[in-house]
Amino acid sequence: MIPATFDYEVADSAAHALALLAEHGDDAKLLAGGHSLLPMMKVRLAQPAVLVDIARVGELAGIRSDGDELVIGATTRHADVAGSDLVRAEVPLLAYAAAQVGDPQIRHRGTIGGSLAHADPSADLPMTLLALGGSVEISGPGGVRTVAADDFFVGPFETALSPDELLSAVRVPRGGEVPWGYQKFVRRANDWAIVGVAAYDGRVALASMGGTPLRATAVEEALRGGASAAEAAAHAADGTSPGYDFHADSEYRKHLARVLTKRALQGERG
Amino acid sequence: MSILGTRVLRTEDPGFLTTGAVYTEDVQDERLAGACYVHFVRSTVAHASILSVDVSAARDGDGVIAVYTGKDLAEAGLAPVKPMMPNMNQKMVQPLLATDVVRFVGEPVAAVVTEEMYQGEDAIELVDVDYGTLPAVATMHQALSGERGLLFPDAGTNVVVKFGDEGETNPGLFDGCEVVVSEVIQNQRVAPAPMESRSGAAVWGDGGRLIAWIPNQGAQGTKGALVGMLGLEPEDVRVITPDVGGAFGAKFGADSEHAVICWIAKQLGRPVRWSETRNENLLVMPHGRAQEQKVTIGGMRDGTVLAYRLEVVQDSGAYPKAGAFLPMLTRLMTPGPYEIPRAETFTTSVVTNTTPVGAYRGAGRPEAAAAIDRAMDLFAAAAGVDPAEVRRKNLLPKFTEPHKTAFGAVYDSGDYVTALEKALAAAGYDELRAEQARRRAAGDTFQLGIGLSSYVEITGPGGEAGGPNENSTVEVHPDGTATILTGTSPHGQGHQTVWATLASAELGIPIEKITVKWGDTDLVPRGGGTGGSRSLQLGGAAVQQASRELIDVARERAAASLEASPADLVFDIEASAFAVKGDPDISVPLSLLAESERLFVHTVFTAPGPTFPFGSHVAVVDVDTETGKVFLRRVVTVDDAGTVMNPLLAEGQRHGGIAQGAAQAFLEEVVYDDDGNPVTATFADYPFLSATEVPSFELVAMETPTSYNPLGAKGIGEAGSIGSTPAVQNAVIDAVSHLGVRHIDMPTSPQRVWRAIQAANGSKEA
Amino acid sequence: MEIKLTVNGTAHSDEVEPRLLLVHYLREVCGLRAANVGCDTTSCGACTVLLDGESVKSCTVLAVQANGRSVTTAEGLVAEDGTMSAVQQAFRENHGLQCGFCTPGMVMAATSLLAENPSPTEQEVREGLEGNFCRCTGYHNIVRAVLAAAGTLPGASTEVDA
Repeated sequence: MIPATFDYEVADSAAHALALLAEHGDDAKLLAGGHSLLPMMKVRLAQPAVLVDIARVGELAGIRSDGDELVIGATTRHADVAGSDLVRAEVPLLAYAAAQVGDPQIRHRGTIGGSLAHADPSADLPMTLLALGGSVEISGPGGVRTVAADDFFVGPFETALSPDELLSAVRVPRGGEVPWGYQKFVRRANDWAIVGVAAYDGRVALASMGGTPLRATAVEEALRGGASAAEAAAHAADGTSPGYDFHADSEYRKHLARVLTKRALQGERG
Repeated sequence: MSILGTRVLRTEDPGFLTTGAVYTEDVQDERLAGACYVHFVRSTVAHASILSVDVSAARDGDGVIAVYTGKDLAEAGLAPVKPMMPNMNQKMVQPLLATDVVRFVGEPVAAVVTEEMYQGEDAIELVDVDYGTLPAVATMHQALSGERGLLFPDAGTNVVVKFGDEGETNPGLFDGCEVVVSEVIQNQRVAPAPMESRSGAAVWGDGGRLIAWIPNQGAQGTKGALVGMLGLEPEDVRVITPDVGGAFGAKFGADSEHAVICWIAKQLGRPVRWSETRNENLLVMPHGRAQEQKVTIGGMRDGTVLAYRLEVVQDSGAYPKAGAFLPMLTRLMTPGPYEIPRAETFTTSVVTNTTPVGAYRGAGRPEAAAAIDRAMDLFAAAAGVDPAEVRRKNLLPKFTEPHKTAFGAVYDSGDYVTALEKALAAAGYDELRAEQARRRAAGDTFQLGIGLSSYVEITGPGGEAGGPNENSTVEVHPDGTATILTGTSPHGQGHQTVWATLASAELGIPIEKITVKWGDTDLVPRGGGTGGSRSLQLGGAAVQQASRELIDVARERAAASLEASPADLVFDIEASAFAVKGDPDISVPLSLLAESERLFVHTVFTAPGPTFPFGSHVAVVDVDTETGKVFLRRVVTVDDAGTVMNPLLAEGQRHGGIAQGAAQAFLEEVVYDDDGNPVTATFADYPFLSATEVPSFELVAMETPTSYNPLGAKGIGEAGSIGSTPAVQNAVIDAVSHLGVRHIDMPTSPQRVWRAIQAANGSKEA
Repeated sequence: MEIKLTVNGTAHSDEVEPRLLLVHYLREVCGLRAANVGCDTTSCGACTVLLDGESVKSCTVLAVQANGRSVTTAEGLVAEDGTMSAVQQAFRENHGLQCGFCTPGMVMAATSLLAENPSPTEQEVREGLEGNFCRCTGYHNIVRAVLAAAGTLPGASTEVDA
């Protein structure tokens, strides 16, 4: 219920945050909204010695256009992504996905950068970034590098971020008219997805079907080959080995992946 | 015009809404100044020997004042607690802190005391317990077979208690039946999970008296439990009940943690506070239900039921508590509202290495209702008769004189067929069946299911919550205010408002001027508390009785004061004054009669027996046949609990019960793995019902008064949760019955529904 | 660390340890105990308060994160003259509370919901309250209360005796 003790530093710039990360190494974790990290700290699954608060670093905030992409600052809250006129017009899938995270209170705090860096394979935004074919901007001692979504999620709760780097922005393709679909299968509204599917422009990404969000490549290939949504969706679970919990065993998860992929490809949102 | 029966707003609410109610964690009292904090070290394994407990590191922790283990308590002479009922196996005792063995994940092993609250969670991590893991009896079947061993070797068995004698079973019970159906069904374990977890505060005052603030359902019972656990004299114990954030049957008496913190307060000579986390709450607060039921029902093809057998195995958890005993109530209510010529029930309660099972909203009766109403639908399907018609055919006809069942229950009054017809009409049953038929013909992905239940339940029984009586003191003060003392113990039911309403209707004093007090054993030494839906029919009746008796006492004084004969006086409720008949100018206010001598009455109201509210529920669901997900669309209910004192509050009780009952049917479950490790011990995992899973409910009014108290009231608190569970479960099965599904266990999770559809199809998806 | 923040319009300045949760700061340091702790997984919402006018679960906000910001609790919704807010009044009139434990958090969540969506449908109310658990009411009257506060409660008004 109560985190272990830690020291708390407030970063006043990205450079300052990076300097603090360099100083503290593995002992430090970044804190923005804290709604991925603090729940883990409260049950003591995470016990960082130092928290570096980046919530008020101006350069990490904001949503802007950059050519054929939108650039969203890492500390942008889910509520602001969901409510942004720009995002709703240009990347409606992302606005929709952000509105599915948790509940209103969580969306007032949690951030896109925090959620992606946390890399929960059951979460909404990692799957969505993968479907969009977006990328993340990572700031580190050597400068800024961009990593495609396909390369960013490397394992359960593990990303391409090094301990001395911070996720500074998210890049997503603009395309207000591009067909998209979204399915989040839950028993209760507030839950993480038992299985999730995001579909965008021929790309299909799955949540809760493995240790990271996954591309349903067999589905994508079938679509390229002219298959209908239903035909392509039959391949949604190909190559996956989803886990088992009391909500769903592996066989049922695979079945859900097929059904939900069909629905997402048909443009359904739910 | 009387305010009884009107929608009086609660006087509790302004405080609750603004500064908040004052729960035990909120209590600020000078006697608790400087309190230290207790946190418990708890078992992380389901069944193990305790090889050693090393508290040395903990003792050196920041802010640690003391650390206590089971050994310390044993050396201090605190004995393990025996099962509450003498017919339960008395060898199955529970030490206040585990000593040699732990028997469920969460069992308290040590207590750490710190200066500040936050230090406690750090300190418990420093206690090192070495466990020697033993095989875990994780299920009822393992308990019965003995394949995982015994929880209590001294007891020689895992059986706690049985009700009904299997040796007396009638082998010809189903002779002459054209249709016989049998099914094993689960009434799964759920967590009461009131929003307020358990907590406590304790201090020993001057004169060696213990004062304990504990959220409970009856301070008198809590006091008795502490006296028993700690070996104290009753006059040395005072229990005070702050506002309570829900209970649902799980806050009766006192738990071992409550006793331990009281003992610690004595050891340290300091006030002590304790609050559990939600995780602890889901691990340790007694769970509900946990029955496996085999139902066998038989009758004729025209839908007449002739015979019914119910065989129950009750999971009691690791230490027998009320849960072990509840099958007695299940058995009592076996036939429900139905006329079944031949019926028999046998129950066996066993221990397992899981959280102890206690009373949870309905406490044994929902289990009976769920079994008989599932059986009715199974029979209806097998006989090819509409489920509503089967119920019509077999419900007891209306009765106004008490009706005794073969199981010994004496139903006071009932009109079950009318309740069913009202519910069906309000739901638009025929239209629903037509819509269902249309969707089936069209092969829609989303199929419609309609589920029924007809139930009767026992309230105010005595036994678990005290005898069928309750006491009250009503006093009128010279300043025109009044005070009521009650032996009930509300935790959301609104007694402050309703008891004041009842007194106001007799005394003519406005409810804002009436204070209601409960839950302090120094003020109210006797009381049965609140549970078993007893409060209005016993406690409310006592308040009314005391108020009426007070008027009688006051009448004598008024007669003396007005120099008239008592028979010549009339009491004007509007004016709250006695006046001479025909001469209203000669009058005396009630409050004035309290000036020279206190004006109060203490009375005990005794009912002839328990009452039996009843009703029918109709649930409507959509089932996504591709995924198995259930969407609860409508719940239409008749819940007849006699005369309604405050419709606003009665509706609220029904809503809450319906939601909890529905939650059990399609959503909530406590899950353990095969080693007895809990899987659903947080609110993120336990599928606690939220607002998006239920619709607004449709309540139909029906009042069949009881003659057992002057209010005509039966108990409404649990009725909703008894009717809704089978109605919702039946609806889900009904939605896919055309696909060949005949039963789906609760909760009807998407996976269970989908698997049932696959199994009925006889094929797995390609 | 020293923090300065406004709580219900009053300036506060306190030295706190970094791990102090905002809910405990409000309850133990400010003495505002309407917000309750109901769980340990950011699930139940009993601790909901407004941070700069928006609902947050104060069990998952560190007091240090609220430095320089403004917090509103249920106590702070009451006017100087003791009048409850429209949302609080609607909860009372519609029996939207029983034991009261979830209530302050529910009221704050509803207040924030209506600030962002002044005329919600029933479905939007239910979804808007998905982060607030109640065990007593079955949500039925809570939903009615929020719709009543929004001025959109359908159907005949019920007899009310205040």
